[in-house]
Amino acid sequence: MPDWLRHRRSKAQESEDAALWSKCPKCGEVLYRRDLAANMWVCPKCAHHFRMSAHDRISTLVDGDFAEIGNDVLPGDPLKWVDKKSYASKLVADREKSQLTEGVVCGFGQIGGYDVALGVMDFHFRGGTMGTVVGERITLLLEEALRRKVPCIIFTASGGARMEEGMLALMQMAKTTAAVARFMEDGNIFLTVLTDPTTGGVSASFAFQSDLIVSEPKAMIGFAGRRVIEQTIRQKLPDQFQTAEFLLEKGHIDMVVDRHNMKPTLTRLLDYAAQGRRRMESVGA
Amino acid sequence: MNLIVEREKGLLELERRIDELREANAQQPVDMSAEIRALEQKYGEIQREIFGAMTPWEKVHMARHPNRPTSADYISQFAQFDELHGDRHFRDDQAIVGGLAKLGDRAIMVIGEQRGRDTKENVRRNFGMPSPEGYRKVQRLARLAGRLGVPVVTFVDTKGADPSAASEERAQSEAIAACLYEFTISPVPIVATVIGEGGSGGALALSIADRIIMLEHSYYSVASPEGCAAILWSDASKADEAAAHLKLTAQDLQRFEIVDQIVSEPLGGAHRDPAGTIARVLNAIELALVELSAMTPDRLREARYLKYRRIGAWETQRLEAVRSGP
Repeated sequence: MPDWLRHRRSKAQESEDAALWSKCPKCGEVLYRRDLAANMWVCPKCAHHFRMSAHDRISTLVDGDFAEIGNDVLPGDPLKWVDKKSYASKLVADREKSQLTEGVVCGFGQIGGYDVALGVMDFHFRGGTMGTVVGERITLLLEEALRRKVPCIIFTASGGARMEEGMLALMQMAKTTAAVARFMEDGNIFLTVLTDPTTGGVSASFAFQSDLIVSEPKAMIGFAGRRVIEQTIRQKLPDQFQTAEFLLEKGHIDMVVDRHNMKPTLTRLLDYAAQGRRRMESVGA
Repeated sequence: MNLIVEREKGLLELERRIDELREANAQQPVDMSAEIRALEQKYGEIQREIFGAMTPWEKVHMARHPNRPTSADYISQFAQFDELHGDRHFRDDQAIVGGLAKLGDRAIMVIGEQRGRDTKENVRRNFGMPSPEGYRKVQRLARLAGRLGVPVVTFVDTKGADPSAASEERAQSEAIAACLYEFTISPVPIVATVIGEGGSGGALALSIADRIIMLEHSYYSVASPEGCAAILWSDASKADEAAAHLKLTAQDLQRFEIVDQIVSEPLGGAHRDPAGTIARVLNAIELALVELSAMTPDRLREARYLKYRRIGAWETQRLEAVRSGP
């Protein structure tokens, strides 16, 4: 395990690691957690992809070091939101639980020898919801990627916009879009990898604005939540509905790639783009 | 059940009585003008009590009032309008109206979210909730405006994007995401006005703009109050509480610098004086266009970038860095 990962791994993760066994929510198989972690949090029996912490995921992708940016951007409480608990106390609790400062980890590293800007959302912090900090960090990532002229890859996992930041949260869809547009107009490749779940304000902004959209198997992806749709149409939806495989069949995404093939696949895609960019530069475009 | 409609009932009854008395007074020798004045005074008091200081939840109901002017009512006051139809792929979504128009003598592209006035029209217009093909029509018209060089004027009035299985199958997320992108890169001035409901991503899709105007009693929110209450507390009946939390009124959003300008409504709401309200809104749009029309595409896009770039980057140091540019 690289150093940067060792001291960033969450306490929760460690205490869960200490619990020796974990049950697969899909097939019910009881799994030895160390095996599960070594298998990239994929059930060896049924291939169910567990939700993964951002730092664990980064460790399965980058070649060596990962230099984080934007981790000094921290949440405030712009609406002074208090319901049963205050928003501020919810943030503290999630910080404890996930050992993350917010719902996305952004930075620079190499994948298969290619320099990349990498953003990874984490469902364990406020359900991966996008508030001002997630929007700001992703914007900073895209701006810095544009400056360094490197490709950008974002792994999404999000319940949508964060209610407790109101319209300031919704406006992050506009802000990230502006950053995506600037980045893409410069000609570099923007990739998104949709993981379980990717919904609402994140799916309706940068997740679906990229050049290539990859997804993990069985990830739930959609705009409206399943419950909302079922209430609207007053009937149950088929199990397949809004899964990555369903979206692939409908033509919404490019490919479904399992976790073990993710790094080699991304490396190949980066290679095509790198060759294209070299060719364009050589002809002076 | 619309709260405002309920509260108006007594007032409308009183209004009718005053009219009757006035008519009777004109036709008979006994002078009843003192009585009429007393009733009018009472009417004014009740009106101020009901509408003087509305809560956020009451404003949400005002924004949903069945008689509130819709996009079509605004468009009908343009000097000219040639409606354009369809997304060129699947169908013409009637929850979106759009086309080339003249505002004064200025050629523009107008695009609005359109709800119905009655059940029949609401069915045809899907209660003003656009489907992916509606958002694709929006993208097409926005692109066309850019090609022709005419400014875009949008009217925002939706509970939200259509949340149906069919819309999911046709990629609602992508349709909205692409709308945001299209307006972001547009080389022409864009002025958006929230005239009623500004429901979440479905409203944002029409409000990436250089100027955002809101009617005094419209709302604009990250989620509908019902949706927010359902998400946070699994109880949609707590919508009034959610409305108070969400900071969704025009006044709140102006404080957050999300909205540039508020256009006032008559006491009792826009539907009490549609013609006057519409005239004030169109006037505000025209003034904004005069200002924006002098800007080059590059300057417009740069200013638009910074407008959204600074939202949520409220720490002073960071704001400075953002303002000074990359």
